Amino acid sequence: MGSYYINRTFFFDVHPPLGKMLIGLAGYLSGYDGTFPFQKPGDRYEQHNYMGMRGFCAFLGSCLVPFAYLTVLELSKSLPAALLTACILIFDTGCITLSQYILLDPILMFFLMGAVLSMVKCNACADRPFSASWWFWLSLTGVNLAGAMGVKFVGLFVVLLVGLNTIYDLWDLLGNLSLSLVMFGKHLLARVLCLILLPLALYTAVFAVHFTVLNKSGPGDGFFSSAFQSQLIGNNLHNVSIPEHLAYGSVITMKNLRMAGGYLHSHWHLYPEGVGARQQQVTAYLHKDLNNLWIIKKPDSDADLSDPSSPVEFVRHGDIIRLEHKETSRNLHSHQHEAPLTRKHFQVTGYGINGTGDSNDFWRIEVVGRKPGKLIKVLRSQVRLTHVATGCILGSSGKTLPKWGWEQVEVTCTPYLKDTPNSLWNFEDHINPKLPNISLDVLKPSFAEILLESHMVMIRGNSGLKPKDNEVTSKPWHWPINYQGLRFSGVNETDYRVYLLGNPVVWWLNLFTIGLYLLTAISTAVALKRGVQLSSELKELSRVVLRGGGQIALGWLLHYLPFFMMGRVLYFHHYFPAMLFSSMLTGITWDTLLKFFAGFLSPSTAARRVYGGGILALVLLIMYSFYLFHPLSYGMIGPMASDPSSPMAGLRWMDSWEF
Amino acid sequence: MLGFLKNPVVVTAEINVNLVALTVMGLISRLWGLSYPRAVVFDEVYYGQFVSLYMKRIFFVDDSGPPFGHMLLALGGYLGGFDGNFLWNRIGAEYSMNVPVWSLRLLPALAGALCIPLAYQILVELQFSHCAALGGALLILLENSLITQSRFMLLESILIFFILLAVLSYLKFYNLQRHSSFSASWWVWLLLTGVACSCAVGVKYMGLFTYMLLLAIAGLHFWHMLGNQNLSNVGGGWLFCSYPCLGDLSLKTCSVSLLCHFLARGLALIIIPVAMYLSFFYVHLTLLYRSGPHDQIMTSAFQASLEGGLARITQGQPLEVAYGSQITLRNVLGKPMQCWLHSHTNTYPIRYENGRGSSHQQQVTCYPFKDVNNWWIVKDPGMQQLVVSNPPRPVRHGHIVQLVHGITTRYLNTHDVAAPLSPHSQEVSCYIDYNVSMPAQNLWRVEIVNRETDTDVWKTILSEVRFVHVNTSAVLKLSGASLPEWGYRQLEVVGEKLSKGYHQSMVWNVEEHRYGKSQEQKEREVELHSPTQMDISKNLSFMAKFTELQWKILTLKNEDTEHKYSSSALDWITMDTNIAYWLHPTSGAQIHLLGNVLTWASANVAAVIYVCLSLWYLVRRRRKIYDIPEDAWQLWVSAGEICVGGWAVNYLPFFLMEKTLFLYHYLPALTFQILLIPIVLQHLSDYLCRSLLSKTMFRALIVAWFSSVYLVYCTFSPVTYGEPSLSVAELKDLRWKDSWNILIRKQ
Repeated sequence: MGSYYINRTFFFDVHPPLGKMLIGLAGYLSGYDGTFPFQKPGDRYEQHNYMGMRGFCAFLGSCLVPFAYLTVLELSKSLPAALLTACILIFDTGCITLSQYILLDPILMFFLMGAVLSMVKCNACADRPFSASWWFWLSLTGVNLAGAMGVKFVGLFVVLLVGLNTIYDLWDLLGNLSLSLVMFGKHLLARVLCLILLPLALYTAVFAVHFTVLNKSGPGDGFFSSAFQSQLIGNNLHNVSIPEHLAYGSVITMKNLRMAGGYLHSHWHLYPEGVGARQQQVTAYLHKDLNNLWIIKKPDSDADLSDPSSPVEFVRHGDIIRLEHKETSRNLHSHQHEAPLTRKHFQVTGYGINGTGDSNDFWRIEVVGRKPGKLIKVLRSQVRLTHVATGCILGSSGKTLPKWGWEQVEVTCTPYLKDTPNSLWNFEDHINPKLPNISLDVLKPSFAEILLESHMVMIRGNSGLKPKDNEVTSKPWHWPINYQGLRFSGVNETDYRVYLLGNPVVWWLNLFTIGLYLLTAISTAVALKRGVQLSSELKELSRVVLRGGGQIALGWLLHYLPFFMMGRVLYFHHYFPAMLFSSMLTGITWDTLLKFFAGFLSPSTAARRVYGGGILALVLLIMYSFYLFHPLSYGMIGPMASDPSSPMAGLRWMDSWEF
Repeated sequence: MLGFLKNPVVVTAEINVNLVALTVMGLISRLWGLSYPRAVVFDEVYYGQFVSLYMKRIFFVDDSGPPFGHMLLALGGYLGGFDGNFLWNRIGAEYSMNVPVWSLRLLPALAGALCIPLAYQILVELQFSHCAALGGALLILLENSLITQSRFMLLESILIFFILLAVLSYLKFYNLQRHSSFSASWWVWLLLTGVACSCAVGVKYMGLFTYMLLLAIAGLHFWHMLGNQNLSNVGGGWLFCSYPCLGDLSLKTCSVSLLCHFLARGLALIIIPVAMYLSFFYVHLTLLYRSGPHDQIMTSAFQASLEGGLARITQGQPLEVAYGSQITLRNVLGKPMQCWLHSHTNTYPIRYENGRGSSHQQQVTCYPFKDVNNWWIVKDPGMQQLVVSNPPRPVRHGHIVQLVHGITTRYLNTHDVAAPLSPHSQEVSCYIDYNVSMPAQNLWRVEIVNRETDTDVWKTILSEVRFVHVNTSAVLKLSGASLPEWGYRQLEVVGEKLSKGYHQSMVWNVEEHRYGKSQEQKEREVELHSPTQMDISKNLSFMAKFTELQWKILTLKNEDTEHKYSSSALDWITMDTNIAYWLHPTSGAQIHLLGNVLTWASANVAAVIYVCLSLWYLVRRRRKIYDIPEDAWQLWVSAGEICVGGWAVNYLPFFLMEKTLFLYHYLPALTFQILLIPIVLQHLSDYLCRSLLSKTMFRALIVAWFSSVYLVYCTFSPVTYGEPSLSVAELKDLRWKDSWNILIRKQ
């Protein structure tokens, strides 16, 4: 993806641009020239200079360890807890694998942990508000939030976490009667400034850079509206002038007005048997293609309108027209057969030979919000096409057709007469040699519009990533139990294989600890509620468990639960942000529990021995398991683990692992 | 002995006339002319089918919700002597004489009518004045949408009834809590809460939202109780034995411990609802024992437990699959349709359309219809014979078998050739020896997925089996794609090499089964054509059936259909949408789901006022400024928990749902929102109208507002009750919002 920035061509991706920009920057600085195609996993890099980009990601990935260490240290004030957390992250094979390659996840996690760390640090400075360090950490939180949001939308969850923490904080301040309302107002303003305005400004700036850098036309154009495309150098809408008003005989393309709607498209292939009438398919297609061209004709005459001598006749609002597909000379047609996917709509087909069809080929063209008789403008008019015979409206349902339709988008004729963007179209290309051209600069969209549109397109793209039927996909409940990994490279025995899978000992310890933490937290909370008298040491411990652990547990929940509600395709690596929180929770919980149980032993040396021994045992256990599983991330060659002769055979503890 | 006769026997009855009057008015408004129109109205067409199926005891699956609501509707039909013979095919169809319309519609209407006294009681239990309670109940009474929804064979009014009942019983329970814990009435209300919750969930899954709300409120109240130091734990610290410094908690003033409180709540609010929910399914499955239209959704085992259908065929099959058994293999997934492993004499084309080559061997597909070509014979690779020996040698988990196609006697085979439509998987064929250095690879290992031990026997219907190819470790799988013309559009079967875990498309079960007896191919063909016989019977346990049915209800996904009257959740607050329920075939009489506009608007205003005031109070209290007395604040908060909470939990989740939504989904939320109006009004008059003059003004305003609510109700009552019929001009006048779809007949 970084290549696109170096080549400055426009592209479309479901994630915001910051991560790719940073990778592109790293590549640029390390001398990568942006020529490698990055087509499919497993391609060799050959002579391309990729180490800079990998090194950058790996560096960010390794920053996670000190961040987590500092966060836990700040929350629990306990060195062993922080060391335990750091040790977990250092020796987790999943984290290692994920940060070794050119991926967005290490960058995301870097910003995410950065935000958490600076939030915690800022809380720690709460006793001297408005000091330099307080301002520093507060604004750093804002910067990191913007970074996390700018890499992937998952960053939203950490924004939520920081937001909740800030609300809690402010509520606390409000209850503090020694603080005047003016002071409270200052606190509020500072937070609004640093945690809302600053990130928003940075986030927009990222997009501004994105659109300035990418000013050449590229593969992502078709996803965007016509106005947007006119901004891109090399796009056929850039700086061109086309005839303004539509006339009979014009060759046009029609684009659906819904965000990320496609062009009206047809091709020689027929609808398969059993799907309505066996006539030519009509679809919506996101890319530019010759098959998107249609000719506007009068319903009755077949006169050759391209004859330069005939007078120009404009199309007017309310006219009955016929649309002929340029490549196949079939008419846009609809009839009372059910549409392929949306059963209650009518099917739209290409029908007729060389322009002669039947009365089902007639459409009434109407511009939204205009009076009959007006001319129709290219790009600016929002047009509705009503089928004359059945009264339905041409629309794109937004559903993807199966393989027979080349996974293009379904086009239907909807009998429900509502004006939604789905059933509105605009004319984009317009070729008519007989008409004078005008320039398109009037259309120039403002930056806010571009920003909004690109977000809509990204959101649509995200929700469009749906699993196909019969495909075995990763489910959120698989993740914490480390049920199944992700194959990074290599399938066969002879390949150099890397397999993304968490260190099972670490992950199962994390999972177990979450349950343990819940028990601890509940019993602590109940004890406090019952007014049990605690010694000062225990009071400190319960504060760590409830306040510090609570923050981290909330982070885990926020980064994990929303995935259960997502309809898009999910992957194992989506769990890693949550896993970071879970590891920190493990550090805090074990440290607290060991301290608590060591507290029973009266001689302080014995207590210290138990406590230290416990931590040491955990660290050693983790190190040993890393020794066992390290080939997963550093790569392995040889027979698959399902083969008993493989060195990894004994490590295949779950049938679902496939290394 | 007869001492009690010394005093006169006195019966004192206290009758709350308000309550009686409200009930009577409710009954009148909901039951008036109930059997009009004598035609199918809106979703009656949907629920009616199920009533008919109940009457005929035919099994069905409805993915819209659990069966309790359907059963209640069917109860109405049963009491009215409905025989189930009516074709529910179109809205507006006239009912025939055998349909007891009145009794079918009675239960929903009764439930709708009883909501009114319930609303009254709830407001009283929230400790608001009887005047406010009366007002709230009257608003519910005059709410056109609730009337319309209760007058037909629909489930919403029943759902709302149970929701309100649950809330009321919880409030009664909570108010008794203070002075008489563990008294008889305390228990009654607590248990009734659980029962009503489970009924609400049993009618529609929406009931779950209110159930969760009540659980949360109960949890919160219990949490407050924990802070009450007068209550003992069990034996002074059972709960907290892990805390050393606990010694001095020996307050034994109260006889009942926290633990008992906790257990009582757990029993009534969790265990009883779960048990009730299971019992609904138990009754459902007991009532419906005949096979019917939705059989094919269920597994073979389930189908075999129904009378008729598959059971007729499989009754008396041998249970254990043995070497020599003749079987049909059904794919467990059942998507895109149920189908059986199939082969026929046609071969794969030498070259596919895209130029890839095939093995040109005999096609193996998955075929959605019963056919003699679906029969396969299990063969022991070490022996030649295709009949069952005496005694039969059962096939166990891990055994290697060959599968021989019954009619063509070719062996099921897979090899390293790309499958026709899924090039990443292996082709599966029936092996033809072309002598082209492509050896037969026809050994399959039987793996029973749902085995209990590793030596389990492969059982008909019950066992779910994977076939793992011995040479390539590919798994026999239904890819779900349908083959082109040359494969007769049957479904493609492939060998999946990269089998990731468990997926139902790789699992098969034996459906029809018999022990093969014929040695000769000719005889065997005759045998294959003959129906299976012999006898053994087996029954699925209730829990197994329940789990399967529940799972199917939750996962069965109808393609989300667009409906003319479907709406988005955002339209509901302002009632920008309506639903036309019925139109008289000739006149302009029609019924719409259309609310009382004024009530909806006031409810919205009340909600906004409530939220703003609460925030204001909350912030001020935080700064230790107390605007209203503490007990008034407590009342205000608890009323909000119920009413605003009830509105939020019943409304907000719809924004996350992807199914088709209708205006009637909003009615439970609306009911809670309406209850908020009198609460806010009383609060305003009590605490914000300080002078006598402003209080009088406020009352006058309320009276004026109330009479306009009544006027709006009267204006819209023709489209609520469907009579009298209105003229075109009158109908046009009723169209207060442009987005409403009032049907006007063209002259």
